[in-house]
Amino acid sequence: MASTKTPTSSRPGRSLLVLVLIFVALGATAAIQGATSVRLGLDLRGGTSVTLQPRSANGVAGKVTSASIDQAVSIIRQRVNSLGVAESEVTSTGTGTNRQIVISVPGDTGRRIVELVGQTAELRFRQVLVEGSAGVAATPTATPAPTASATPSPSAKKGKSAPHAAATASPTSSATPSASTTPTPTPATTSTLPPGVTPDLVAKYNALDCTQAINRQGGGGDDPNAPLVACDRTGSSKYILAKAEVLGSQVSGASAVLDQQGGGGWMVLLNFNGDGTRAFANVTSRVVSLSAPQNQVSIVLDGLVVSAPRIISAITAGSAQITGNFTQTDASDLANVLKYGALPLAFDRGEVQQVSATLGSDQLHAGLLAGGIGLFLVLLYSMLYYRGLGLVSVGSLAIAGSLTYLMTLVLGKTIGFTLTLAGIAGLIVSIGITADSFIVFFERLRDEVREGKSLRSAVETGWVRARHTIIVADAVSLIASVLLYFFAVGGVRGFAFTLGLTTLIDLLIVFTFTKPLVTILVRTKFYGGGHLLSGLSAKHLGMKIPVVRAAGTAQSSVQEA
Amino acid sequence: MSRLGSLGAKLHRGEVSFDFIGSRRRWYAFSGLLILVSAIALGTQGLHLGIEFKGGASFSVKKAGVSIAAAEKAVASTGVKTEVITQTVGTDKIMVQTGVITNLESEKIQDALAKEFNVNRDTIDTQVVGPSWGADITHKALYGLIGFLFVVVLFLSLAFEPKMAISAIIAVVHDLLITVGIYALVGFDVTPATVIGFLTILGYSLYDTVVVFDKVRENTRGLTGGSRMTYSQAANLAVNQTLIRSINTSVIALLPVASILFVGAGLLGAGTLKDLSLALFVGLATGTYSSIFVATPILASLHEREPAMQALARRVAAKGNGSNKANASDKANVSDTEVLATVSVGSVDRGVTKRNQPKRKSKKRR
Repeated sequence: MASTKTPTSSRPGRSLLVLVLIFVALGATAAIQGATSVRLGLDLRGGTSVTLQPRSANGVAGKVTSASIDQAVSIIRQRVNSLGVAESEVTSTGTGTNRQIVISVPGDTGRRIVELVGQTAELRFRQVLVEGSAGVAATPTATPAPTASATPSPSAKKGKSAPHAAATASPTSSATPSASTTPTPTPATTSTLPPGVTPDLVAKYNALDCTQAINRQGGGGDDPNAPLVACDRTGSSKYILAKAEVLGSQVSGASAVLDQQGGGGWMVLLNFNGDGTRAFANVTSRVVSLSAPQNQVSIVLDGLVVSAPRIISAITAGSAQITGNFTQTDASDLANVLKYGALPLAFDRGEVQQVSATLGSDQLHAGLLAGGIGLFLVLLYSMLYYRGLGLVSVGSLAIAGSLTYLMTLVLGKTIGFTLTLAGIAGLIVSIGITADSFIVFFERLRDEVREGKSLRSAVETGWVRARHTIIVADAVSLIASVLLYFFAVGGVRGFAFTLGLTTLIDLLIVFTFTKPLVTILVRTKFYGGGHLLSGLSAKHLGMKIPVVRAAGTAQSSVQEA
Repeated sequence: MSRLGSLGAKLHRGEVSFDFIGSRRRWYAFSGLLILVSAIALGTQGLHLGIEFKGGASFSVKKAGVSIAAAEKAVASTGVKTEVITQTVGTDKIMVQTGVITNLESEKIQDALAKEFNVNRDTIDTQVVGPSWGADITHKALYGLIGFLFVVVLFLSLAFEPKMAISAIIAVVHDLLITVGIYALVGFDVTPATVIGFLTILGYSLYDTVVVFDKVRENTRGLTGGSRMTYSQAANLAVNQTLIRSINTSVIALLPVASILFVGAGLLGAGTLKDLSLALFVGLATGTYSSIFVATPILASLHEREPAMQALARRVAAKGNGSNKANASDKANVSDTEVLATVSVGSVDRGVTKRNQPKRKSKKRR
């Protein structure tokens, strides 16, 4: 038997060489890229992730198309980058129009991120038609109209009840002090409807309760060509507004500046383009002569009124200010949002997750510990059951482990793969699947030996059969992970990715390491001779007659059995 | 361990044989009962969906001396109107879950909790899920499931045969139904991690079934040419021959999962790891059961209806008295070894082995 070499008899050296080459290539790639550590997901190191789900809406935020999602991603990316947080990421997951936008920012800037990326930032300038207090008041109440002008007014800064806002040609122009605060009656009665206000709008207006936070969520998608019933951002007043006359797309620049005259408050300075300048000049010159509140022009961001300054003189210089008790951060965030333009889509906030650094490291440690224990148990079991062959599984799993590690390093650099908790779970689960390939092979090998083959030929024939099983079984695993990856969202994808990756690695290891190693090992005296501890001993296989290296004897032993 | 090894050898030679196929009606009835119970549990109890599916928010504070009362007081002080579930995790962590709330409200609750427990706001782990998000991921998971089943049927039909594909899928659906039923019955929380677990079960269950079917296919190749054994008998032999592997595989798959479950539940209390491993743990058990007791018997049932296989069964029955005993082996277990060894091993099993291994014949010639 020793002389007969089956044609399938492999060249174990060559296979092992392939594996070594793969290792060297991966190691070199990782070294060149400077990838030294695995990129961890936010759930393992702390940070905030926001998942946005595109939603079709009327108005500017139109239909969900692949191009509009791409555009939204790049706008959001600019906004996030304006924060200057290192390693923040904006990606879209999924395919075609069926995509979500995932924003991940490490560290603890959570709240700002959520505010920054959630805004559609649809900026509109609308003439105020009716203004009133926030609640669903049945009786007319008087609220002070916001003081508005470029000149400082001492009363303007206090309290959120009077959103201080100004829109003028330049901070220095206009000399009229804003002493007059005219009380505005509310609710609107149908008898004294200003032009452009329909009973329909009045009904909506009266029903709107701006003291409820749910009504102050904002969100884009208001039709610029229709009147709007809207709340003030702070919930202090509500408005009926005319159709939009200047749009955010007509803004050419925005910056946060310190209001020199306003006693140190921050504001956002807007510059209009040509169209915007003309449109803004038109609306301001038209309303300036009207009575309050119709001489106010509201600045509406995502369906909420940021401020509604009274226009004192027509503004033709093509710039405006937005003020409103901003901090420096608020002002610069708003300026950034306006500068980079409105998102082409409206979004639902799918999920906001904020993980503290402590929980992150806890989860990482728990994941690693679980993996360690799982691996140890698997190794222990295969050593107990397969004895010497168990060493082969130990070796194979070790190789598979280091290969997986190298791959995560390289993929982290090349395709931005990050390891999440679900990914770690995928890795741990794959220990079982990988080890099972060895079991299939070993059991086949032992079956062949039981049928009276010599060890050497049993390795080859057993391998041919086991190979088929392993390929089909791993193919099913791969199909599962690929489909999961494309259909699923969030954590499931991380899981699917690692599962698919390790299945491929499993195939590679079985072909280039486990099988060649067994081929080499059965040539040794320990394994080939069926040593008691080799896992191939006759006693271990439950055979009555010992397996001997000479094939003829083994053959006859079965004939007798 | 070597006792398992020698059992493996006996199973392989057919000296010891558990009759999984012959008593299939019993297993069908058992599985049917389980599925019925699952359906009733699902209908009456429903699944405990996590906030990821129904929308809502969750806040965790980790600090020694946290109390449910203090947390509830803090949430109440914000005036946010929503249902609140508060629970402690371990001794130093408290978790507050609310219904759907706005971002603003979530910030209020965060601030209130931070103030109440005197911790930095950023150390509060927060998750806010929009109301439509859950429906979205549920739909996606369903599409994934349907796509997966479809592709797998196609793949197994090509790699094996359509009847094997159908049997495998029935076994998978069986596993899913029972796992979901157990979740409804016990009232475990269903989170995205649980869904990951369910989907993995599909893979595992199929993987296990594939290994058994590969052996069935090998054993039944060229079966109709002779009259040695029926399809059911050949399939049963395959199940027995792969039994040791099934046991080993299940043990090895369960070990890491058990360690995730242990570490996840023990160290972290709740979360991705626990949810995932629990689903896997339950699913693996049903998966192993189904590949032995459901998938292969169904496959045998499907094949036994073919005219060729029925003819084969008649030939086998007609061939000598031994077949009576072979059929009677319904109750075969380890103690029947002697009977089986004399009756079937000598003729049936040996013959099959020989036919399937042409290489061995060539060796004999030497």
